[in-house]
Amino acid sequence: MTGSIDPTLINLTVFVLAVFVGYHVIWNVTPALHTPLMSVTNAISSVIIVGALLAAGTEPLDFGTVLGAVAVGLAAVNVFGGFLVTQRMLEMFKKKAPKGAKGA
Amino acid sequence: MSVNHVALLYLIASVLFILALKGLSHPETARRGNLFGILGMVIAVVTTLALTRSVLLIVAGIALGGGVGAVVARRVQMTQMPELVAAMHSLVGMAAVLIAVAVVNNPAAFNIAVPMPRGSRLELFIGTFVGAITFSGSVIAFGKLAGLGRHFRLFSSAPVAFRGQHLLNLALALIMLGFGLAFFLARPEGQWLPFLVMTGIAFVLGVLIIIPIGGADMPVVISMLNSYSGWAAAGIGFSLNNTMLIIAGSLVGSSGAILSYIMCRAMNRSFFSVILGGFGAAEGAVAQGAEQKSVRSGSAEDAAFLMSNAESVIIAPGYGLAVARAQHAVKEMAQKLTEKGVRVRYAIHPVAGRMPGHMNVLLAEAEVPYDQVFEMEDINSEFGNTDVVLVLGANDVVNPLAEQPGSPIYGMPILQAHKARTVLVNKRSMASGYAGLDNPLFYMDKTMMVFGDAKKVVEGIVKAL
Repeated sequence: MTGSIDPTLINLTVFVLAVFVGYHVIWNVTPALHTPLMSVTNAISSVIIVGALLAAGTEPLDFGTVLGAVAVGLAAVNVFGGFLVTQRMLEMFKKKAPKGAKGA
Repeated sequence: MSVNHVALLYLIASVLFILALKGLSHPETARRGNLFGILGMVIAVVTTLALTRSVLLIVAGIALGGGVGAVVARRVQMTQMPELVAAMHSLVGMAAVLIAVAVVNNPAAFNIAVPMPRGSRLELFIGTFVGAITFSGSVIAFGKLAGLGRHFRLFSSAPVAFRGQHLLNLALALIMLGFGLAFFLARPEGQWLPFLVMTGIAFVLGVLIIIPIGGADMPVVISMLNSYSGWAAAGIGFSLNNTMLIIAGSLVGSSGAILSYIMCRAMNRSFFSVILGGFGAAEGAVAQGAEQKSVRSGSAEDAAFLMSNAESVIIAPGYGLAVARAQHAVKEMAQKLTEKGVRVRYAIHPVAGRMPGHMNVLLAEAEVPYDQVFEMEDINSEFGNTDVVLVLGANDVVNPLAEQPGSPIYGMPILQAHKARTVLVNKRSMASGYAGLDNPLFYMDKTMMVFGDAKKVVEGIVKAL
């Protein structure tokens, strides 16, 4: 047994462990926050933007970099939209003034 | 910056993403969690920017996309959250496909050997077809949720079914895998054709998978697409050897999978029966409404009278409330009742609304304190000693038939509204719910129906109080 490990195997290790982490973390999310969970996971999966950045940031400018730039744009919609709308929803869940008090 | 620095920063970003999700275990910690998520994203993007050579296109992309995202996030109404989420899933899917095309075009830009090794192609293949299915499936889901069915039949919220549908899907899936294999084995000159055909079929498959799924199953579909978008990101992470992307993708993938499971359980449906589509198609026409049963109906004033004389009231909101946008009126009603010394609580069924947790957000938007809002398991034991239950625009989730062996919805968890001393039901008509079943709750002696639009009825009650 010599030589280095195939990177795919390392990736697979990371993948399996991350699924376990995800499983346990998500079951702990309170059902009341399942909608914000969905919008924040949307924002998080948009970290795919790093792939788009690599595609758009190469030289020379060609078909691939343009596609990359489009992907950057699409993912950026999610990054900004996802985190901001989550923040907006979570603000609504802020503890309000005591019961019976008008407004908040 | 060395590759090791990059890997380390990506690790920090990954941990921050996990903390973002962990924060959601309680409303008090959730906002901090979201900040962790934003911080993680900033670290990820800035680190990657340091690796790029030209930022011109990037700045343009971020400015444009970010601007759109920010505006949409501010303007979207809470009732439209399902549409927004579906649209965002489609963007992740499309981004995955575009990145994959860019990788095939120029692997060297991503530190992948040229010609692309077989392993990378396999990973790329998986990331691409999952991304393509996510994209087109989410577009259909968006259309169904946004009610575009009036303009295009493809977006009809009723299941679109035809003969041989499953066979066609299976055949297409196999052909797609065949072209995937061809891409896997192809020489660099010949790789484009199988790759593009495979991607094209995946787009078609996404459409075909979602069209037969009916409107009532939307909470499952949207969770499922959430999951797919995560797996697509993870697939791209494999191709790019980027562990952060793999971690983020897996977190999202498992999140969506768990939500799908929770939604299926709450509707007493197996995941496969949802995927294979057509709610009610199999069991349909069971509605035993033929025999005339008498219903007691009353006005909003009657409802107001009953509730103001109660000691405790539980409000069970359903989809009808969301459609009528009655959440603010409901909050006002609850406030008036509270001032009269009535204890008011809300009971939320997991599938109330059109996506997981939707009703909680709608109530939170109306500034209902979350300590008055209870999940089904926590409040079901309370119905027995509650004076009045007000069911607003809900049907199947309060149908006692679910507790009767032999009924089509037997085993579906319900809010046990029928155990309360008095039941008030607001509905627009006696029409059955998505399950196509009659609801014995409406015919009980202690039940009073208040017909009409949820918002108008609740406003009527507020006036009478």
